[in-house]
Amino acid sequence: MARGIASGRASGPLLISHIPISFLSGVDPLTGEIVESGHPLRGRIVAGCVFAFPHGKGSTVGSYVMYALKMNGRAPAAIINTEAEPIVAVGAIIAGIPMVDRPDIPLARMREGVNVTVDGSTGEIEYEGLLEEN
Amino acid sequence: MRLDPEDQAILQGEEGETRQRMMEILIALGKVFGAEELIPISSAQVSGASYKTIGEWGLRWLQSINARVAVPTILNPIGMPREGWEEHGIHREFAEKQLAILEAYRRMGVKLECTCTPYYIHSIGYGDHIAWAESSAVIYANSVIGARTNREGGPSALAAAIIGKTPFYGLHMIEKRTPVLTIEIDGNKAIDRNEDIFGALGYIAGRKAGNSVPIFTGIKPNRDQLKSMGAAMAATGAVGLFHVDGITPESRIFKYRVDALERITIEAKEVEELFRSMDVDAVAIGCPHCSEDELLHIERLMGGKSVKKPLYIFASRHVIDKSRRVVERIRKAGGFVIADTCMVVSPMLERYRTIMVNSGKALAYVPDMCGSMARLGSLEDCIREAIG
Repeated sequence: MARGIASGRASGPLLISHIPISFLSGVDPLTGEIVESGHPLRGRIVAGCVFAFPHGKGSTVGSYVMYALKMNGRAPAAIINTEAEPIVAVGAIIAGIPMVDRPDIPLARMREGVNVTVDGSTGEIEYEGLLEEN
Repeated sequence: MRLDPEDQAILQGEEGETRQRMMEILIALGKVFGAEELIPISSAQVSGASYKTIGEWGLRWLQSINARVAVPTILNPIGMPREGWEEHGIHREFAEKQLAILEAYRRMGVKLECTCTPYYIHSIGYGDHIAWAESSAVIYANSVIGARTNREGGPSALAAAIIGKTPFYGLHMIEKRTPVLTIEIDGNKAIDRNEDIFGALGYIAGRKAGNSVPIFTGIKPNRDQLKSMGAAMAATGAVGLFHVDGITPESRIFKYRVDALERITIEAKEVEELFRSMDVDAVAIGCPHCSEDELLHIERLMGGKSVKKPLYIFASRHVIDKSRRVVERIRKAGGFVIADTCMVVSPMLERYRTIMVNSGKALAYVPDMCGSMARLGSLEDCIREAIG
């Protein structure tokens, strides 16, 4: 379970960043590639993934970058944040990306690549197989 | 969060997708900041109006919005004056995108006043709940008028404008408006001598106050000086409200016990050190946008002399219209009096190497936003520099 932030339901493989993300200048709006220099996920693609990260950071213009990703068909399928903040919450809503925060399983214990379904209206997170690391 | 049946219906999508999304934004922010309900607002001011800031995707999002605002709403400054932009080196492509942004807002019923001084246009009063976005307007409304607003973002202010409500948290709550920090100034004489020192004082105080609510003691700024001081504090810090003991409305009503608070001292010398001498190639006034009094003061200081260095003066369309004769005289002397935009959000001033300003906020933003150096001076010094 988690808390619903942006409505809608979507599935995808889990991609986890253990540090915050800035969408403005951190993610390429045309390709969905993480381009922030020094970021551990640099070069990975957010498109179609259930993207889990602690929270957003950086400029509020990041909300519009999330909208751009969606319009270009390169947005994450859904977002899981440890704690929502306005930039990503607003971006998810205007882009129509389902989003939840405060998941009952912490990010540190989630397994990357597991197929996850997020329901941003009810706050439910469903997963195939084991979500948690043993 | 508690929602009334009407809000619930909007959230279910019964009034269309745009209003549903806008309601979702308000509720999401309510969750983020721990609000339990939405409260009605009487005025909104929306940022994210300059093409320089929001770019192509911001424009496309605005064009996708299919709803009208529910309360009087105006805009933050845009990237150019609506008329005569050609004379100021604005490219046609930029101008077309900027005008498309305005058209998107016009369709929503937003009044096309683009200013950081909405308080000269919307008559708001003590205790009014509003949703404003521009940081200097927010701090003025909260501190000088005693209205109540958080520092909104572009989409959240627009959501509040369309729904007519905002989540009840932060500076909307009276208990969050009590000062927690006293700021006193050592060596007040310097401040009495120079009326333009308040922008510089705000510049330093903002760095020390962070996002807290400070109360100043021992100073007596007027409204325009409070405006300058607050704008600078909101630029160098995240201050959304300040009090001045015995001057601002809440300090007179609640008579805060300033002695019991944490106390910091600003040396007058620290403030004066911001006024450095250097060669400048343009002068810019009106950050925040000038009041009618300030325009009159500028015209008097010019004394009919022609400008020798480019002099830019920014104000809202509304204030310029009300000051028509004063503005005509400034323009006749070669000064630019410009509406809709400002030195921070427009590419207009990027061609100058050093710009002289009388604003602590401009001192903080001009270097990054225009790529120019900024020199701080009093209004008198600025005009003297311009008329040579």
